[in-house]
Amino acid sequence: MKITRKEVEYVAHLARLQLSPEQAESFTARLDEILNYFEKLKELDTTNIEPTSHSIPMVNAFREDKVRPSLEIEEALQNAPEKEGGFFKVPRIIE
Amino acid sequence: MRLCELTLEQLSKMLERKECSSLELTRSVFERIHEVENKIHAYLWLNEEMALSQAKEADRLRQAGEKLNPLLGIPVALKDIFCTRGIPTTCASKILENFVPPFDATVVLKLKERGVVIVGKTNMDEFAMGSTTEGSAFGPTHNPWALEYIPGGSSGGSAAALSADMCIASLGTDTGGAIRQPAACCSVCGIKPTYGRVSRYGVIAYASSLDQVGPFGKTVRDTAMMLQAIAGFDPLDSTSVPREVPGYLSACTGEVKGLKIGLPREYFVPGMDQQVKSAVQAAAKELEKAGAELLEVSLPHTEYCIATYYIIAPSEASSNLARYDGVRYGLRVPGNPNILLNMYKATRTAGFSPEVRRRIIIGTYTLSAGYYDAYYLKAQKVRTLIRRDFEEAFQKCDVLLTPVLPTPPYKLGTKINDPLEMYLSDIFTVSCNLAGLPGMTVPCGFSQEHLPIGMQLLARPFEEEKIFQVAYAYEQATDWHKRKPPL
Repeated sequence: MKITRKEVEYVAHLARLQLSPEQAESFTARLDEILNYFEKLKELDTTNIEPTSHSIPMVNAFREDKVRPSLEIEEALQNAPEKEGGFFKVPRIIE
Repeated sequence: MRLCELTLEQLSKMLERKECSSLELTRSVFERIHEVENKIHAYLWLNEEMALSQAKEADRLRQAGEKLNPLLGIPVALKDIFCTRGIPTTCASKILENFVPPFDATVVLKLKERGVVIVGKTNMDEFAMGSTTEGSAFGPTHNPWALEYIPGGSSGGSAAALSADMCIASLGTDTGGAIRQPAACCSVCGIKPTYGRVSRYGVIAYASSLDQVGPFGKTVRDTAMMLQAIAGFDPLDSTSVPREVPGYLSACTGEVKGLKIGLPREYFVPGMDQQVKSAVQAAAKELEKAGAELLEVSLPHTEYCIATYYIIAPSEASSNLARYDGVRYGLRVPGNPNILLNMYKATRTAGFSPEVRRRIIIGTYTLSAGYYDAYYLKAQKVRTLIRRDFEEAFQKCDVLLTPVLPTPPYKLGTKINDPLEMYLSDIFTVSCNLAGLPGMTVPCGFSQEHLPIGMQLLARPFEEEKIFQVAYAYEQATDWHKRKPPL
Protein backbone atom coordinates (compact mmCIF):
# COMPACT_ATOMS: atom_id res chain seq x y z
CA MET A 1 0.00 0.00 0.00
CA LYS A 2 1.28 3.50 -0.95
CA ILE A 3 -1.10 5.24 1.42
CA THR A 4 -2.86 4.21 4.62
CA ARG A 5 -6.31 5.13 5.79
CA LYS A 6 -4.75 7.11 8.61
CA GLU A 7 -2.76 9.23 6.15
CA VAL A 8 -5.87 9.85 4.04
CA GLU A 9 -7.73 11.03 7.14
CA TYR A 10 -4.83 13.32 8.06
CA VAL A 11 -4.60 14.82 4.54
CA ALA A 12 -8.39 15.29 4.50
CA HIS A 13 -8.05 17.25 7.73
CA LEU A 14 -5.33 19.43 6.16
CA ALA A 15 -7.68 20.09 3.24
CA ARG A 16 -10.53 20.85 5.67
CA LEU A 17 -12.68 17.93 4.52
CA GLN A 18 -14.55 15.34 6.58
CA LEU A 19 -14.67 11.69 5.60
CA SER A 20 -17.12 9.17 6.97
CA PRO A 21 -15.50 5.82 7.90
CA GLU A 22 -16.86 4.20 4.69
CA GLN A 23 -15.64 7.12 2.55
CA ALA A 24 -12.21 7.01 4.17
CA GLU A 25 -12.06 3.32 3.25
CA SER A 26 -13.07 3.77 -0.39
CA PHE A 27 -10.99 6.94 -0.85
CA THR A 28 -7.92 5.10 0.45
CA ALA A 29 -8.37 2.30 -2.08
CA ARG A 30 -8.87 4.73 -5.00
CA LEU A 31 -5.97 6.96 -3.97
CA ASP A 32 -3.70 3.98 -3.55
CA GLU A 33 -4.50 2.88 -7.10
CA ILE A 34 -3.83 6.41 -8.42
CA LEU A 35 -0.58 6.84 -6.46
CA ASN A 36 0.62 3.49 -7.75
CA TYR A 37 0.00 4.74 -11.25
CA PHE A 38 2.10 7.85 -10.47
CA GLU A 39 5.06 5.51 -9.73
CA LYS A 40 5.53 5.34 -13.48
CA LEU A 41 7.41 8.65 -13.40
CA LYS A 42 10.18 6.97 -11.37
CA GLU A 43 11.26 5.18 -14.57
CA LEU A 44 12.65 8.51 -15.81
CA ASP A 45 15.99 9.92 -14.76
CA THR A 46 15.40 13.63 -14.14
CA THR A 47 18.70 14.62 -12.53
CA ASN A 48 19.81 17.97 -13.98
CA ILE A 49 16.39 18.60 -15.56
CA GLU A 50 14.92 21.98 -14.66
CA PRO A 51 11.30 21.88 -13.53
CA THR A 52 8.67 23.66 -15.69
CA SER A 53 6.28 25.66 -13.55
CA HIS A 54 4.91 27.62 -16.47
CA SER A 55 4.98 26.46 -20.06
CA ILE A 56 5.45 29.92 -21.58
CA PRO A 57 8.62 31.52 -20.16
CA MET A 58 7.67 34.74 -18.38
CA VAL A 59 9.39 37.12 -16.01
CA ASN A 60 7.58 38.77 -13.13
CA ALA A 61 4.77 41.03 -14.27
CA PHE A 62 4.79 44.32 -12.42
CA ARG A 63 2.35 47.20 -12.36
CA GLU A 64 2.61 50.63 -10.86
CA ASP A 65 1.88 50.77 -7.14
CA LYS A 66 -1.05 53.17 -7.47
CA VAL A 67 -4.43 53.20 -5.77
CA ARG A 68 -7.11 52.19 -8.24
CA PRO A 69 -10.87 51.89 -7.95
CA SER A 70 -12.07 48.61 -6.43
CA LEU A 71 -15.36 47.02 -5.41
CA GLU A 72 -17.62 48.96 -3.05
CA ILE A 73 -17.82 47.32 0.39
CA GLU A 74 -21.49 46.59 -0.17
CA GLU A 75 -20.77 44.78 -3.45
CA ALA A 76 -17.89 42.85 -1.92
CA LEU A 77 -20.20 41.71 0.86
CA GLN A 78 -23.23 40.93 -1.30
CA ASN A 79 -22.49 37.20 -1.40
CA ALA A 80 -21.43 36.85 2.24
CA PRO A 81 -23.25 34.08 4.12
CA GLU A 82 -23.14 36.30 7.22
CA LYS A 83 -22.00 39.91 7.65
CA GLU A 84 -22.06 42.63 10.27
CA GLY A 85 -20.99 46.26 10.26
CA GLY A 86 -19.14 46.06 6.93
CA PHE A 87 -17.31 42.82 7.83
CA PHE A 88 -17.59 39.13 7.01
CA LYS A 89 -18.81 37.36 10.11
CA VAL A 90 -17.48 33.91 11.09
CA PRO A 91 -18.33 31.55 13.94
CA ARG A 92 -16.21 31.53 17.11
CA ILE A 93 -12.65 30.42 16.48
CA ILE A 94 -12.09 28.53 19.74
CA GLU A 95 -14.53 26.33 21.60
CA MET B 1 -33.31 26.60 -43.04
CA ARG B 2 -33.96 28.21 -39.65
CA LEU B 3 -31.77 31.09 -38.50
CA CYS B 4 -30.40 29.15 -35.52
CA GLU B 5 -28.99 26.52 -37.91
CA LEU B 6 -26.75 28.96 -39.77
CA THR B 7 -23.12 29.71 -38.99
CA LEU B 8 -21.79 32.75 -37.17
CA GLU B 9 -20.17 33.96 -40.38
CA GLN B 10 -23.38 33.64 -42.41
CA LEU B 11 -25.47 35.33 -39.72
CA SER B 12 -22.94 38.09 -39.27
CA LYS B 13 -23.28 38.94 -42.97
CA MET B 14 -27.07 38.71 -42.87
CA LEU B 15 -27.23 41.03 -39.88
CA GLU B 16 -24.91 43.44 -41.62
CA ARG B 17 -27.07 43.45 -44.75
CA LYS B 18 -30.17 43.73 -42.53
CA GLU B 19 -31.55 40.49 -43.98
CA CYS B 20 -32.45 39.50 -40.44
CA SER B 21 -32.42 41.14 -37.03
CA SER B 22 -30.74 39.99 -33.86
CA LEU B 23 -34.21 39.80 -32.31
CA GLU B 24 -35.38 37.31 -34.97
CA LEU B 25 -32.19 35.33 -34.60
CA THR B 26 -32.39 35.25 -30.80
CA ARG B 27 -36.04 34.16 -30.99
CA SER B 28 -35.03 31.35 -33.34
CA VAL B 29 -32.35 30.20 -30.87
CA PHE B 30 -34.82 30.16 -27.98
CA GLU B 31 -37.43 28.36 -30.08
CA ARG B 32 -34.82 25.65 -30.56
CA ILE B 33 -33.99 25.65 -26.85
CA HIS B 34 -37.67 25.10 -26.03
CA GLU B 35 -37.73 22.13 -28.42
CA VAL B 36 -34.65 20.19 -27.36
CA GLU B 37 -33.09 21.49 -24.14
CA ASN B 38 -35.19 19.18 -21.96
CA LYS B 39 -33.52 16.21 -23.69
CA ILE B 40 -29.98 17.61 -23.56
CA HIS B 41 -29.59 19.75 -20.43
CA ALA B 42 -26.82 21.89 -21.89
CA TYR B 43 -27.71 24.93 -19.78
CA LEU B 44 -27.60 25.67 -16.07
CA TRP B 45 -29.03 29.16 -16.48
CA LEU B 46 -31.16 30.70 -19.22
CA ASN B 47 -32.94 34.05 -19.38
CA GLU B 48 -34.96 34.57 -22.53
CA GLU B 49 -36.24 37.99 -21.51
CA MET B 50 -32.74 39.31 -20.83
CA ALA B 51 -31.46 37.84 -24.11
CA LEU B 52 -34.29 39.36 -26.13
CA SER B 53 -33.65 42.78 -24.63
CA GLN B 54 -29.91 42.47 -25.44
CA ALA B 55 -30.93 41.53 -29.00
CA LYS B 56 -33.15 44.63 -29.26
CA GLU B 57 -30.27 46.74 -28.01
CA ALA B 58 -27.95 45.18 -30.61
CA ASP B 59 -30.48 45.98 -33.35
CA ARG B 60 -30.73 49.54 -32.07
CA LEU B 61 -26.95 49.93 -32.09
CA ARG B 62 -26.77 48.62 -35.64
CA GLN B 63 -29.49 50.99 -36.76
CA ALA B 64 -27.52 53.84 -35.17
CA GLY B 65 -24.30 52.60 -36.78
CA GLU B 66 -22.62 52.07 -33.39
CA LYS B 67 -20.39 49.21 -32.18
CA LEU B 68 -20.48 47.66 -35.65
CA ASN B 69 -18.45 44.44 -35.59
CA PRO B 70 -18.96 40.84 -36.73
CA LEU B 71 -20.31 39.69 -33.34
CA LEU B 72 -22.90 42.43 -32.82
CA GLY B 73 -26.21 40.72 -32.02
CA ILE B 74 -24.87 37.14 -32.17
CA PRO B 75 -26.32 34.77 -29.49
CA VAL B 76 -23.47 33.22 -27.51
CA ALA B 77 -23.41 30.66 -24.67
CA LEU B 78 -20.88 30.80 -21.82
CA LYS B 79 -19.58 27.93 -19.73
CA ASP B 80 -20.67 28.45 -16.13
CA ILE B 81 -17.04 28.94 -15.12
CA PHE B 82 -16.93 32.57 -16.32
CA CYS B 83 -17.87 35.24 -13.78
CA THR B 84 -20.82 37.21 -15.13
CA ARG B 85 -21.88 40.35 -13.32
CA GLY B 86 -25.40 39.93 -11.91
CA ILE B 87 -25.81 36.46 -13.44
CA PRO B 88 -25.38 33.32 -11.27
CA THR B 89 -22.04 31.54 -11.72
CA THR B 90 -21.88 28.11 -10.10
CA CYS B 91 -19.04 26.18 -11.76
CA ALA B 92 -21.65 23.37 -11.55
CA SER B 93 -20.98 23.10 -7.81
CA LYS B 94 -23.28 23.15 -4.81
CA ILE B 95 -20.71 25.27 -3.04
CA LEU B 96 -21.39 28.17 -5.47
CA GLU B 97 -25.09 27.45 -6.03
CA ASN B 98 -26.20 30.96 -5.03
CA PHE B 99 -23.13 32.92 -6.09
CA VAL B 100 -23.78 36.04 -8.17
CA PRO B 101 -20.48 37.68 -9.14
CA PRO B 102 -20.12 41.45 -8.71
CA PHE B 103 -17.87 41.63 -11.79
CA ASP B 104 -17.36 40.23 -15.30
CA ALA B 105 -14.50 38.04 -16.49
CA THR B 106 -12.38 39.88 -19.07
CA VAL B 107 -13.56 37.59 -21.89
CA VAL B 108 -17.19 38.27 -20.94
CA LEU B 109 -16.51 41.98 -20.93
CA LYS B 110 -14.89 41.72 -24.35
CA LEU B 111 -17.93 39.94 -25.76
CA LYS B 112 -20.30 42.44 -24.14
CA GLU B 113 -18.32 45.32 -25.64
CA ARG B 114 -18.96 43.73 -29.02
CA GLY B 115 -22.68 43.58 -28.30
CA VAL B 116 -23.25 39.81 -28.27
CA VAL B 117 -26.46 38.35 -26.86
CA ILE B 118 -25.80 36.14 -23.83
CA VAL B 119 -28.08 33.11 -24.22
CA GLY B 120 -27.16 31.38 -20.97
CA LYS B 121 -24.57 29.63 -18.81
CA THR B 122 -23.69 26.09 -19.79
CA ASN B 123 -23.28 22.86 -17.85
CA MET B 124 -19.87 21.38 -17.04
CA ASP B 125 -18.11 18.96 -14.73
CA GLU B 126 -17.93 20.52 -11.26
CA PHE B 127 -14.95 22.91 -11.17
CA ALA B 128 -14.01 21.58 -14.63
CA MET B 129 -12.84 18.29 -13.10
CA GLY B 130 -13.96 15.57 -15.45
CA SER B 131 -14.13 14.45 -19.05
CA THR B 132 -17.85 13.69 -19.37
CA THR B 133 -20.01 16.49 -17.83
CA GLU B 134 -21.43 13.80 -15.54
CA GLY B 135 -19.51 15.52 -12.75
CA SER B 136 -21.98 18.42 -12.67
CA ALA B 137 -23.73 18.77 -9.31
CA PHE B 138 -26.87 19.60 -11.31
CA GLY B 139 -27.11 16.52 -13.52
CA PRO B 140 -25.33 15.41 -16.71
CA THR B 141 -25.55 16.85 -20.23
CA HIS B 142 -26.59 14.44 -22.99
CA ASN B 143 -24.88 14.17 -26.36
CA PRO B 144 -27.17 15.60 -29.08
CA TRP B 145 -25.96 12.90 -31.51
CA ALA B 146 -27.00 10.05 -29.20
CA LEU B 147 -28.73 11.06 -26.00
CA GLU B 148 -27.46 8.19 -23.84
CA TYR B 149 -23.83 9.04 -24.64
CA ILE B 150 -21.43 11.52 -23.00
CA PRO B 151 -20.99 14.92 -24.64
CA GLY B 152 -17.38 14.99 -23.41
CA GLY B 153 -16.13 17.31 -20.73
CA SER B 154 -15.65 19.41 -18.93
CA SER B 155 -17.11 22.06 -21.29
CA GLY B 156 -19.80 19.58 -22.41
CA GLY B 157 -22.70 22.04 -22.16
CA SER B 158 -21.04 24.59 -24.44
CA ALA B 159 -20.31 21.95 -27.11
CA ALA B 160 -23.73 20.26 -26.88
CA ALA B 161 -25.62 23.57 -26.98
CA LEU B 162 -23.73 24.57 -30.13
CA SER B 163 -24.10 21.26 -31.94
CA ALA B 164 -27.87 21.31 -31.21
CA ASP B 165 -28.18 24.90 -32.58
CA MET B 166 -29.12 26.26 -29.14
CA CYS B 167 -26.54 29.06 -29.63
CA ILE B 168 -24.43 30.38 -32.53
CA ALA B 169 -21.05 30.12 -30.78
CA SER B 170 -19.86 29.41 -27.25
CA LEU B 171 -16.95 29.69 -24.87
CA GLY B 172 -15.31 27.00 -22.77
CA THR B 173 -12.11 26.43 -20.86
CA ASP B 174 -9.50 23.72 -21.37
CA THR B 175 -7.15 22.41 -18.65
CA GLY B 176 -6.44 18.93 -20.05
CA GLY B 177 -8.75 18.67 -23.04
CA ALA B 178 -11.97 20.24 -21.78
CA ILE B 179 -12.64 22.14 -25.02
CA ARG B 180 -11.16 19.66 -27.48
CA GLN B 181 -12.82 16.52 -26.09
CA PRO B 182 -16.41 17.82 -26.05
CA ALA B 183 -15.87 19.38 -29.50
CA ALA B 184 -14.89 15.91 -30.77
CA CYS B 185 -17.81 14.19 -29.01
CA CYS B 186 -20.37 16.70 -30.34
CA SER B 187 -18.88 17.25 -33.85
CA VAL B 188 -18.08 20.95 -33.59
CA CYS B 189 -14.81 22.89 -33.74
CA GLY B 190 -13.06 24.07 -30.59
CA ILE B 191 -9.66 25.60 -29.94
CA LYS B 192 -7.52 25.78 -26.83
CA PRO B 193 -5.23 28.73 -27.55
CA THR B 194 -1.62 29.06 -26.42
CA TYR B 195 -1.26 29.54 -22.64
CA GLY B 196 -1.33 33.32 -22.13
CA ARG B 197 -3.12 34.13 -25.40
CA VAL B 198 -6.48 34.77 -23.69
CA SER B 199 -7.06 36.39 -20.30
CA ARG B 200 -8.05 34.13 -17.40
CA TYR B 201 -9.21 37.03 -15.22
CA GLY B 202 -12.61 36.21 -13.74
CA VAL B 203 -12.43 32.57 -14.85
CA ILE B 204 -12.86 30.26 -11.87
CA ALA B 205 -9.48 28.58 -11.49
CA TYR B 206 -8.86 24.82 -11.62
CA ALA B 207 -5.13 24.39 -12.39
CA SER B 208 -3.64 27.81 -13.02
CA SER B 209 -0.57 26.74 -15.01
CA LEU B 210 -2.74 24.73 -17.43
CA ASP B 211 -6.14 26.53 -17.67
CA GLN B 212 -6.90 28.42 -20.85
CA VAL B 213 -10.08 29.96 -22.31
CA GLY B 214 -11.19 29.14 -25.85
CA PRO B 215 -14.15 29.22 -28.23
CA PHE B 216 -16.35 26.62 -29.90
CA GLY B 217 -17.63 27.27 -33.42
CA LYS B 218 -19.78 25.43 -35.97
CA THR B 219 -16.98 25.92 -38.51
CA VAL B 220 -13.27 26.68 -38.50
CA ARG B 221 -13.90 30.27 -39.59
CA ASP B 222 -16.55 30.80 -36.88
CA THR B 223 -14.01 29.59 -34.31
CA ALA B 224 -11.38 31.97 -35.71
CA MET B 225 -13.82 34.89 -35.47
CA MET B 226 -14.57 34.10 -31.83
CA LEU B 227 -10.90 33.75 -30.89
CA GLN B 228 -10.23 37.09 -32.57
CA ALA B 229 -12.72 38.72 -30.20
CA ILE B 230 -11.32 37.31 -26.96
CA ALA B 231 -7.56 37.06 -27.57
CA GLY B 232 -5.00 39.57 -26.31
CA PHE B 233 -3.09 40.87 -23.33
CA ASP B 234 -4.97 41.81 -20.17
CA PRO B 235 -3.24 43.76 -17.41
CA LEU B 236 -5.58 42.02 -14.95
CA ASP B 237 -4.05 38.60 -15.77
CA SER B 238 -0.31 38.62 -15.15
CA THR B 239 0.08 35.37 -17.12
CA SER B 240 -1.47 36.81 -20.26
CA VAL B 241 1.19 37.60 -22.84
CA PRO B 242 1.72 41.10 -24.26
CA ARG B 243 1.92 40.11 -27.88
CA GLU B 244 0.06 41.30 -30.93
CA VAL B 245 -2.95 39.25 -32.05
CA PRO B 246 -2.79 38.34 -35.75
CA GLY B 247 -5.84 38.21 -38.02
CA TYR B 248 -7.07 34.64 -37.66
CA LEU B 249 -9.60 34.74 -40.50
CA SER B 250 -6.92 35.73 -42.99
CA ALA B 251 -5.04 32.54 -42.01
CA CYS B 252 -7.98 30.53 -43.41
CA THR B 253 -6.72 30.49 -46.98
CA GLY B 254 -7.55 26.91 -47.93
CA GLU B 255 -3.93 26.56 -49.02
CA VAL B 256 -1.61 24.00 -47.40
CA LYS B 257 0.93 23.36 -50.17
CA GLY B 258 4.37 22.70 -48.75
CA LEU B 259 3.19 22.68 -45.14
CA LYS B 260 4.69 19.84 -43.11
CA ILE B 261 2.24 17.86 -41.00
CA GLY B 262 3.69 15.51 -38.39
CA LEU B 263 1.95 12.34 -37.22
CA PRO B 264 3.32 11.37 -33.79
CA ARG B 265 3.97 7.64 -33.75
CA GLU B 266 2.96 7.36 -30.07
CA TYR B 267 -0.54 8.69 -30.84
CA PHE B 268 -1.41 5.84 -33.18
CA VAL B 269 -0.95 2.85 -30.93
CA PRO B 270 -2.12 -0.71 -31.24
CA GLY B 271 -5.19 -1.22 -29.09
CA MET B 272 -6.73 2.14 -29.84
CA ASP B 273 -10.13 2.22 -31.50
CA GLN B 274 -9.72 1.27 -35.17
CA GLN B 275 -12.46 3.60 -36.37
CA VAL B 276 -10.81 6.60 -34.69
CA LYS B 277 -7.43 5.62 -36.06
CA SER B 278 -8.65 5.22 -39.62
CA ALA B 279 -10.72 8.45 -39.52
CA VAL B 280 -7.65 10.47 -38.49
CA GLN B 281 -5.44 8.66 -41.02
CA ALA B 282 -7.99 9.40 -43.74
CA ALA B 283 -7.89 13.08 -42.72
CA ALA B 284 -4.10 13.02 -43.08
CA LYS B 285 -4.47 11.61 -46.60
CA GLU B 286 -6.97 14.34 -47.45
CA LEU B 287 -4.45 16.98 -46.39
CA GLU B 288 -1.74 15.25 -48.39
CA LYS B 289 -4.01 15.41 -51.41
CA ALA B 290 -4.36 19.14 -50.81
CA GLY B 291 -0.58 19.51 -51.04
CA ALA B 292 0.67 19.12 -47.48
CA GLU B 293 3.63 16.89 -46.76
CA LEU B 294 3.11 14.12 -44.18
CA LEU B 295 5.87 12.77 -41.99
CA GLU B 296 6.11 10.57 -38.93
CA VAL B 297 7.53 12.17 -35.78
CA SER B 298 8.10 10.92 -32.24
CA LEU B 299 7.02 12.29 -28.86
CA PRO B 300 8.85 9.73 -26.70
CA HIS B 301 7.49 10.87 -23.31
CA THR B 302 3.83 10.50 -24.28
CA GLU B 303 3.29 7.57 -21.91
CA TYR B 304 4.22 9.79 -18.94
CA CYS B 305 1.74 12.58 -19.74
CA ILE B 306 -1.24 11.27 -17.78
CA ALA B 307 0.70 10.70 -14.55
CA THR B 308 2.35 14.12 -14.89
CA TYR B 309 -0.96 15.84 -15.54
CA TYR B 310 -2.82 14.08 -12.72
CA ILE B 311 -0.16 15.20 -10.26
CA ILE B 312 0.11 18.82 -11.42
CA ALA B 313 -3.60 19.53 -11.95
CA PRO B 314 -4.88 18.30 -8.54
CA SER B 315 -1.92 19.94 -6.76
CA GLU B 316 -2.82 23.32 -8.20
CA ALA B 317 -6.52 22.62 -7.66
CA SER B 318 -6.03 21.85 -3.97
CA SER B 319 -4.54 25.31 -3.57
CA ASN B 320 -7.09 27.11 -5.79
CA LEU B 321 -10.08 25.48 -4.11
CA ALA B 322 -8.91 26.46 -0.62
CA ARG B 323 -10.86 29.70 -1.09
CA TYR B 324 -14.24 27.96 -0.76
CA ASP B 325 -14.51 28.14 2.99
CA GLY B 326 -18.00 29.49 3.66
CA VAL B 327 -16.73 32.92 4.68
CA ARG B 328 -16.94 35.40 1.80
CA TYR B 329 -19.37 33.79 -0.66
CA GLY B 330 -21.08 30.55 -1.49
CA LEU B 331 -22.45 27.85 0.75
CA ARG B 332 -22.03 27.90 4.54
CA VAL B 333 -22.91 24.87 6.66
CA PRO B 334 -22.63 25.26 10.46
CA GLY B 335 -20.29 22.85 12.25
CA ASN B 336 -21.05 20.88 15.36
CA PRO B 337 -20.10 22.47 17.70
CA ASN B 338 -20.15 25.53 15.47
CA ILE B 339 -16.60 26.83 15.68
CA LEU B 340 -14.68 28.09 12.64
CA LEU B 341 -12.73 24.89 11.91
CA ASN B 342 -15.87 22.74 12.03
CA MET B 343 -17.73 25.22 9.82
CA TYR B 344 -14.95 24.99 7.20
CA LYS B 345 -15.11 21.21 7.20
CA ALA B 346 -18.90 20.98 7.16
CA THR B 347 -19.15 23.53 4.32
CA ARG B 348 -16.47 21.97 2.12
CA THR B 349 -17.70 18.43 2.71
CA ALA B 350 -21.31 19.32 1.83
CA GLY B 351 -20.35 21.64 -1.03
CA PHE B 352 -17.89 19.52 -3.06
CA SER B 353 -18.74 16.30 -4.92
CA PRO B 354 -16.71 13.12 -4.22
CA GLU B 355 -14.57 13.58 -7.39
CA VAL B 356 -13.66 17.15 -6.42
CA ARG B 357 -12.87 16.02 -2.86
CA ARG B 358 -10.76 13.19 -4.27
CA ARG B 359 -8.70 15.60 -6.38
CA ILE B 360 -8.27 18.03 -3.48
CA ILE B 361 -7.01 15.18 -1.30
CA ILE B 362 -4.62 13.90 -4.00
CA GLY B 363 -3.30 17.44 -4.51
CA THR B 364 -2.92 18.12 -0.82
CA TYR B 365 -1.03 14.85 -0.48
CA THR B 366 1.32 15.45 -3.44
CA LEU B 367 2.15 18.93 -2.12
CA SER B 368 2.57 17.91 1.52
CA ALA B 369 5.86 17.90 3.38
CA GLY B 370 7.84 14.78 2.55
CA TYR B 371 6.04 14.07 -0.74
CA TYR B 372 6.54 17.33 -2.65
CA ASP B 373 9.83 16.27 -4.26
CA ALA B 374 8.63 12.78 -5.11
CA TYR B 375 5.43 13.92 -6.81
CA TYR B 376 4.98 17.60 -7.65
CA LEU B 377 8.61 18.49 -8.35
CA LYS B 378 9.15 15.22 -10.21
CA ALA B 379 6.09 15.91 -12.36
CA GLN B 380 7.34 19.42 -13.16
CA LYS B 381 10.65 17.97 -14.29
CA VAL B 382 8.92 15.43 -16.50
CA ARG B 383 6.86 18.34 -17.82
CA THR B 384 10.12 19.81 -19.10
CA LEU B 385 10.87 16.56 -20.96
CA ILE B 386 7.39 16.57 -22.48
CA ARG B 387 7.82 20.19 -23.61
CA ARG B 388 11.19 19.33 -25.18
CA ASP B 389 9.59 16.46 -27.14
CA PHE B 390 7.34 19.01 -28.82
CA GLU B 391 10.19 21.45 -29.44
CA GLU B 392 12.06 18.71 -31.25
CA ALA B 393 9.04 17.55 -33.24
CA PHE B 394 8.36 21.13 -34.35
CA GLN B 395 11.90 21.34 -35.73
CA LYS B 396 10.70 18.91 -38.39
CA CYS B 397 7.10 19.93 -38.98
CA ASP B 398 4.71 22.90 -38.75
CA VAL B 399 1.64 21.22 -37.32
CA LEU B 400 0.92 17.90 -35.59
CA LEU B 401 -2.15 15.85 -36.44
CA THR B 402 -3.48 13.38 -33.85
CA PRO B 403 -6.72 11.85 -32.59
CA VAL B 404 -8.53 13.76 -29.80
CA LEU B 405 -9.83 10.74 -27.90
CA PRO B 406 -8.76 7.09 -28.12
CA THR B 407 -12.42 6.04 -28.67
CA PRO B 408 -15.70 7.51 -29.92
CA PRO B 409 -17.94 8.90 -27.12
CA TYR B 410 -19.02 6.22 -24.66
CA LYS B 411 -22.27 5.72 -22.77
CA LEU B 412 -23.14 7.89 -19.77
CA GLY B 413 -22.36 6.08 -16.53
CA THR B 414 -19.61 3.87 -18.00
CA LYS B 415 -16.56 5.35 -16.26
CA ILE B 416 -18.02 7.54 -13.55
CA ASN B 417 -17.06 5.06 -10.84
CA ASP B 418 -13.60 4.37 -12.16
CA PRO B 419 -11.61 7.61 -12.04
CA LEU B 420 -8.33 6.11 -13.28
CA GLU B 421 -10.09 4.68 -16.34
CA MET B 422 -11.58 8.12 -17.07
CA TYR B 423 -8.19 9.83 -16.58
CA LEU B 424 -6.61 7.49 -19.15
CA SER B 425 -8.97 8.70 -21.88
CA ASP B 426 -7.24 12.10 -21.64
CA ILE B 427 -4.03 10.61 -23.08
CA PHE B 428 -4.02 12.60 -26.36
CA THR B 429 -5.12 15.99 -24.98
CA VAL B 430 -3.21 16.70 -21.72
CA SER B 431 0.23 17.04 -23.36
CA CYS B 432 -0.88 20.20 -25.18
CA ASN B 433 -1.68 21.92 -21.85
CA LEU B 434 1.50 20.67 -20.19
CA ALA B 435 3.52 22.20 -23.04
CA GLY B 436 1.32 25.34 -23.29
CA LEU B 437 0.65 24.78 -27.02
CA PRO B 438 -2.41 25.74 -29.02
CA GLY B 439 -4.60 22.76 -29.96
CA MET B 440 -7.79 22.49 -31.98
CA THR B 441 -10.45 19.89 -32.63
CA VAL B 442 -11.97 19.60 -36.08
CA PRO B 443 -14.70 17.02 -36.83
CA CYS B 444 -13.31 14.24 -39.05
CA GLY B 445 -15.97 11.57 -39.30
CA PHE B 446 -18.43 9.25 -37.59
CA SER B 447 -18.26 5.74 -36.22
CA GLN B 448 -20.50 2.94 -37.51
CA GLU B 449 -22.82 3.79 -34.61
CA HIS B 450 -23.03 7.37 -36.00
CA LEU B 451 -21.01 8.83 -33.11
CA PRO B 452 -18.75 11.80 -33.89
CA ILE B 453 -14.96 11.48 -34.25
CA GLY B 454 -12.60 14.45 -34.09
CA MET B 455 -9.00 15.13 -35.02
CA GLN B 456 -6.58 17.35 -33.14
CA LEU B 457 -4.17 19.87 -34.64
CA LEU B 458 -1.28 21.17 -32.51
CA ALA B 459 1.20 23.94 -33.31
CA ARG B 460 4.06 25.87 -31.74
CA PRO B 461 3.12 28.44 -29.08
CA PHE B 462 1.34 31.46 -30.63
CA GLU B 463 0.97 29.77 -34.02
CA GLU B 464 -2.81 29.41 -33.92
CA GLU B 465 -2.80 30.71 -37.51
CA LYS B 466 -1.10 27.55 -38.79
CA ILE B 467 -3.78 25.48 -37.08
CA PHE B 468 -6.57 27.51 -38.67
CA GLN B 469 -4.84 27.25 -42.03
CA VAL B 470 -4.73 23.44 -41.93
CA ALA B 471 -8.15 23.11 -40.27
CA TYR B 472 -9.83 25.25 -42.90
CA ALA B 473 -8.18 23.46 -45.80
CA TYR B 474 -9.45 20.16 -44.36
CA GLU B 475 -12.93 21.51 -43.73
CA GLN B 476 -13.12 22.75 -47.35
CA ALA B 477 -12.41 19.23 -48.57
CA THR B 478 -15.05 17.55 -46.35
CA ASP B 479 -18.64 18.08 -45.26
CA TRP B 480 -18.67 16.79 -41.67
CA HIS B 481 -19.39 20.30 -40.39
CA LYS B 482 -22.60 20.45 -42.41
CA ARG B 483 -24.19 17.46 -40.66
CA LYS B 484 -26.76 18.00 -37.92
CA PRO B 485 -27.57 15.70 -35.01
CA PRO B 486 -30.77 13.67 -35.47
CA LEU B 487 -32.79 15.31 -32.70
